[in-house]
Amino acid sequence: MESGRLYVLLRAGFVVCFKPGVAFFAAMCWLCTALYGQDTASVKRLAEVQVIERTNTINITSPTPAQILKGAALQRLNTLSVADAIRYFSGVQMKDYGGVGGLKTVNVRSLGSSQTAVFYDGLQVNNAQNGQVDLSKFSMDNIGSIELYNAQKNTIFQPARGFAAGNSVYLTTKSPTFKGNSKDLYKATFKTGSFGLVNPSILWQHRISNATFSTLNAEYTHANGRYKFRYTNGVYDTIAVRNNGDINALRFEAGLKTAITDSSSWEIKGYLYNSERGLPGAIIENRFNYNQREWDRNLFVQSGFERRGKIYSVMLKAKYANDYLRYLDPDIITTDGFSDSRYHQQEFYFSVANLLKLEKYWNVSISADYARNAMQSNIFRFVNPLRNTALIAIATQLKWSRFDLQANLLSNIINEHTQTITGKTEYKYTPTIAASWQPFKTEAFRLRGFYKSIYRIPTFNELYYTFVGTANLQPEYSRQLDVGFTFQLTRNSGILRNISIQTDIYGNKVDNKIIAVPSLNLQRWTMQNIGRVNIKGIESNMQSGWYINDEVLINGGLSYTYQQAYDASAGAKAKQQIPYTPLHSGSALAGVLYKNYSVNYSFIYTGERYNQAANIASNYVEPWYTHDLSANWRQPLKDHELNIGAEINNVFNQYYDVVTNFPMPGRFYRLKMTFTY
Amino acid sequence: MLASSCRKDAKPDTEQTETVFEGNIASAVKGFYLLNEGNLNMNKASLDYIDYTTGVYQKNVYSSANPEAGRGLGDVGNDMAIYGSKLFIVVNNSNKVEVLDARTRKRIKQIDIVNCRYITFKNNKAYVSAYVSAVGDANAGNGIVAEIDTTTLLIERRVTIGRQPEGIAIVGNKLYVANSGGYSPKNYERTISVVDLASFTEIKRIDVAINLNRMLADANGDLYVTSQGDYLNIKPKLFVIDTRTEQLKKTFELGVRTFCLDDKYLYTVNSNGQNFDYSIIDVDTETLLNRSFITDGTGAKLAQPYGIAVNPVTKEILLTDAGSYVNPGTLYCFDTAGRRKWSVTTGDIPAHFAFIF
Repeated sequence: MESGRLYVLLRAGFVVCFKPGVAFFAAMCWLCTALYGQDTASVKRLAEVQVIERTNTINITSPTPAQILKGAALQRLNTLSVADAIRYFSGVQMKDYGGVGGLKTVNVRSLGSSQTAVFYDGLQVNNAQNGQVDLSKFSMDNIGSIELYNAQKNTIFQPARGFAAGNSVYLTTKSPTFKGNSKDLYKATFKTGSFGLVNPSILWQHRISNATFSTLNAEYTHANGRYKFRYTNGVYDTIAVRNNGDINALRFEAGLKTAITDSSSWEIKGYLYNSERGLPGAIIENRFNYNQREWDRNLFVQSGFERRGKIYSVMLKAKYANDYLRYLDPDIITTDGFSDSRYHQQEFYFSVANLLKLEKYWNVSISADYARNAMQSNIFRFVNPLRNTALIAIATQLKWSRFDLQANLLSNIINEHTQTITGKTEYKYTPTIAASWQPFKTEAFRLRGFYKSIYRIPTFNELYYTFVGTANLQPEYSRQLDVGFTFQLTRNSGILRNISIQTDIYGNKVDNKIIAVPSLNLQRWTMQNIGRVNIKGIESNMQSGWYINDEVLINGGLSYTYQQAYDASAGAKAKQQIPYTPLHSGSALAGVLYKNYSVNYSFIYTGERYNQAANIASNYVEPWYTHDLSANWRQPLKDHELNIGAEINNVFNQYYDVVTNFPMPGRFYRLKMTFTY
Repeated sequence: MLASSCRKDAKPDTEQTETVFEGNIASAVKGFYLLNEGNLNMNKASLDYIDYTTGVYQKNVYSSANPEAGRGLGDVGNDMAIYGSKLFIVVNNSNKVEVLDARTRKRIKQIDIVNCRYITFKNNKAYVSAYVSAVGDANAGNGIVAEIDTTTLLIERRVTIGRQPEGIAIVGNKLYVANSGGYSPKNYERTISVVDLASFTEIKRIDVAINLNRMLADANGDLYVTSQGDYLNIKPKLFVIDTRTEQLKKTFELGVRTFCLDDKYLYTVNSNGQNFDYSIIDVDTETLLNRSFITDGTGAKLAQPYGIAVNPVTKEILLTDAGSYVNPGTLYCFDTAGRRKWSVTTGDIPAHFAFIF
């Protein structure tokens, strides 16, 4: 009964609150029954391409769990930055300080945000300073796909860095789709809405030859960042406006991609992000206004060459990155005036990956990466560290149509110097093994699993931040174990045309986990090696596509995560969930496509959690759940296309905090217009 | 089933009580307040009360008595004292001094002072040290002391002193303030500011050592002031200043974390970087006594001894452990022989005491 009700509620867009776990699995069973009750013989036939395209977010053959948002599925989400989209993945907790310019980082399966590597067009965006990537800085404007892999991407032919993180997010920019003989593609987008958002962007893609094209993309983001928030205890009740949340950001990208021959290609890309923003502080008793400012400048140039042969393939990648961060705090007056901290980072990176096909079913690879990371700062007693990292991964893959086994050994060699310490060289070796198996004749069902251990060295901030960093911090060591299944059916008749489900059970252990607790401002943290965390969880995704008639298509998706992340360090109380980790979380998506119109609904739920180690009333944080709606209209003109979309986010105007005392916006609006020429 | 997955209606924080020891109806000291600082930006400063007559520990008495008074006590409770019938709480990151009725705990007034630190009293005036002399002015790096009338609760005068002033004490008609200069680690302050109470002007600086912090005045006219050193090469120390000569009188090689004065004894918790020791200094003879005020081994088990007070009648010692700072702390009571009598779990970072008679 519950499943039916849930479904009806979903369709109507009024899921206000539900017991997530029970409802989700009941809904899944009901859908499976509905499917099997009808035609199963037509499994292999293709259904409406659009139905699949709009729902296919699961890679069913991947031995490591993969979640993918791309194409239409990505477009129908109400997103401004990559962070907004990643919230819909299962097993993910966003740490979001609110607003357009607020820091947004992702924590996958409670391993911690520093264990997630973010790759932008194939190369890692590395931040040796704090180890985490602010996903609010990556605009959705030119992103074609977002992929999240637990453990690592399902290939052995990749840079060693691809093997070196606890989990990985791959952001890929849009490839051009030139129409006919057209040599140029122009796209202009304008977004506006709440928070004083003004967000124009232009994209120009040019076909130089049949095999070569260039891309230029520029985007400007301005917002005053003001929004209402409310705090109440039932007696005291205050609505105030968030201040100092303004942002001005400019992003510029230029790229060139060429296919030298059928089997080899080369690309180069330049990226510049420049921003100034206010840092809205913690809303505490008697304090609502802040004056701190931040400036960021991120610049990188990256290039990749790839040659795929029948027996031997090679991939070369190189990157130079230069990052600058300035933090001004007028509340701290030193003998030199306002506290004004500047941080510079440079990275040189080079990678070579080789793949050898020994048999039809047997590949081996070796990848070697070298990175040199340097950091300087004007803060007192900063030791200007220099880190040399060599990563070598040897890997093998055995692959038949029904069985895929991938295994690798990663060696991590690090040598670090500071002005005061000449470091010794450290060697670490960690393995990964992953497999996917189709046990029955049907391709619809596969089992999979992986084991991965990884070693994360502390970041420069964790080690050397004056008075906060702890040079004797232990490295984090994590082990992940996962088993799961994937299930996918597509049909070309009936109402339900496509359904895919993936479910994984996992157990992670993190030793010497470094926990960062926010302190005076967002840049400063106090470091704790809280010892050990034991994580157990189950996560599940279901996507479905429904065909009503030739003009009406419906899609729906659910994701759900149950996760225990207990502090298991010596002396810790039993069964204490680590901070900001809910037991239950999930999301639901539903969309209706009718001719050139589409209406989409999404729901995100994060269950109750605690903001400090002790699971007691004074640390309790309320669950939050937001409902978002959008409507889009697409008008194909002769050679052009016009898209207009409107969003209402947080429809029920729920006031909530993701991070305690950093209020999130209530109901807000966005309007989006895109003209493609 | 829905209870755990939905949001609840907002309710004021409630008081929690537990009986910790057997009360004594005839106790001369009726009880004491304990101020929990709470972590920076968590808005978790809280006020607890222990009733000696009943042995009951009441948690969170500020929020339950003042549900209408904004978002609780605020962020980082830095100091607390009772003067007359009023309880003064200095809430550092909430930029305010909260004035309560010491019996009912009802808010009387909130006095806004940016980045306020410590408080002391004389002749119906309260004196509060604060880091900021003018907000938003890069040249206004010096701190102030604000003089507040304890009846009208209005700020009457301000005096500009050294940078980032901390501990504050009064001897005779002079106010002494320990300047830290903590915002400029390459250029710490190393002086005590001397303020004439009549003219309310800074008349002198006494050179002591870098990064001064806590300060207490004994009945003999001596100031006990701690230096935190530079956390690297320069070791923290405890200095004794004679206010008659305004000269350094004695130096103790002690890294004092926290201290309190009761009668002729200064109780100090010291860290040498490895472990803590629990010392007593006789302030009449200015000598370190050859005994610890904890004798039963409990001292070695404390993670972060943080706040200390001595019951002025029974001489029992109250000592808090802030633990990992992000967990609730613990309050211990030791008898005069240094044996643990009782302990109780507190709020986050229990730190400051005020006795009720």
